[in-house]
Amino acid sequence: MRRRADFGTASLHLTLGLLALACLALLILPTVIVIMVSFTSGFSLRFPPPGYSVRWYVGLLDAWQLQFAALNSLKVAAWTTFLSVVLGVAAALGIARSRRLGAGVLDSLFMSPLILPGLSFGLGALIFFSLLGWPVSPLTLVIGHTIVCVPFVVRTTVATLMQLDPALLESSASLGASRWYTFRQVTLPLIGSGILAGGFLAFMSSFDNIPVSLFLRSAGTDMLPIRMWQDLESLLDVQIAAVSGVMIVATLVLMIIMERVAGLSRRLR
Amino acid sequence: MQPQESRSNIRIVHNVGYDLRLALPLAGFFAVFFITPLILLIFVSLHADPELKHFGFDQFHRFLGDSYSLKVLGQTLVIGAEVTALCLLLGYPLAWLFVRSPGWLRGALMLVILLPVLTSVVVRTFAWIVILGRLGIVNSTLMTLGLIDAPLRLLYSEGGLVLALAQVHMPLMVLPLITALSRVDPNLADASAALGAGAWRTFLRITVPLTLAGIIAGCLLTYCMSLTAFITQTLIGGGQMLLMPGYIYQQAAAFQDWPFAAAISVIFLVAVLAAVTVFNLLGRLAHE
Repeated sequence: MRRRADFGTASLHLTLGLLALACLALLILPTVIVIMVSFTSGFSLRFPPPGYSVRWYVGLLDAWQLQFAALNSLKVAAWTTFLSVVLGVAAALGIARSRRLGAGVLDSLFMSPLILPGLSFGLGALIFFSLLGWPVSPLTLVIGHTIVCVPFVVRTTVATLMQLDPALLESSASLGASRWYTFRQVTLPLIGSGILAGGFLAFMSSFDNIPVSLFLRSAGTDMLPIRMWQDLESLLDVQIAAVSGVMIVATLVLMIIMERVAGLSRRLR
Repeated sequence: MQPQESRSNIRIVHNVGYDLRLALPLAGFFAVFFITPLILLIFVSLHADPELKHFGFDQFHRFLGDSYSLKVLGQTLVIGAEVTALCLLLGYPLAWLFVRSPGWLRGALMLVILLPVLTSVVVRTFAWIVILGRLGIVNSTLMTLGLIDAPLRLLYSEGGLVLALAQVHMPLMVLPLITALSRVDPNLADASAALGAGAWRTFLRITVPLTLAGIIAGCLLTYCMSLTAFITQTLIGGGQMLLMPGYIYQQAAAFQDWPFAAAISVIFLVAVLAAVTVFNLLGRLAHE
């Protein structure tokens, strides 16, 4: 009896452990492979590479089209993050802890762009702007991006507000502090890390957005992910591997900083 | 005296909360730039011609009467289900391992789980082009081993697409499962074992049912995201494996047929909302 139970435990742990290792490999390997291929000395995406060099990274210095697209993406992401934080934090303050029916409805509305297909929204927004007579421009891009990025700010800010101890705000109020003073001196420092995590997620998701950008950018506004996507569809360029390498390292560094500063992983669950 | 005191308490608590009106700017922004475009999308889909002169259900008849369109819709829903199943099969064990790991290992595992969430979708998909391509890692390994003579076509195949989508969306499955598994009281498993249940029986009858809410939340996210993953679908699936988002883009951008593209969008939105509703109903049942 005892031995049978041990066999059961061992086989369960072995099965789950092996599946978990397969899952880890699936998560890690693609990133490792991209990094390795980006250092290839050859002209194709052959794996393993015939030799190693930094030629494709050096090539990035001359790739003005990619640099131009990256700059556009950064600008749009910065404006989107700014707008998302201003509108999203105010909305989060309004709906968190409110028991009114309207708060629940607004919460679902603000979260819906996370689930609904971005391409459908992009097409709808393009039709809307063309009926208004607004030509597509960086402005329409920022508006469209804000719709799909603001949910991150609302979600993380609401989550930190829910954990806030109301007694802290009550004592500040009962000691005679004005609401604005309490907000600046008590609330904001306590929910700051949630706002920071939300702003970071909004920035990354705007920088990476393609479905909305495809419809709302003007011909002159080249965006980095669209440029990369189109290059991959047409000529499987090795240059893209070097861009990917830079983006992976940048993401990793930002992620570790955000984990330290804002406890990112707690905010994503 | 007693009732009055409690009433003043309530007033203080109310004072501390913020006014719902703070949500008005974002609500207005959504009304103009999100709800109005979606209503316009429905309006445009109800027209027979791109000039929007003839009102009617022609576009929907066109989609529902066309076996090719229905195949695209069916294929999208089926691939989403396959991706979700694969994510659950591999993601549950990883969440299980995470919850059992010591603190230092958890940090490293969390990094591995989170990195794909934040890495650009194009970059993640690009990795699969390298792996599945003609000169990719799978083909070169199989040819070195002498198992095949010519490279297999792995890119633009259903299996390749499901695997790539599963990797891209795995974190969305694993994160809610970690939350659910870390809430399970370990005493319950001990009690089950003390009562004579084997490890497998305890796992399948106690642990898995207790994490059902997390499983449903993870499945909802993974399913919806893999349905709408335009970039991965077009790069790995290619022209041969057209799915709904690619179909919308093709009709809107290449053929400039806005009413039909709008109708496909509306049908796709309804399909996604139906999936969300089903998962939410399941979630409510799981709570009871």
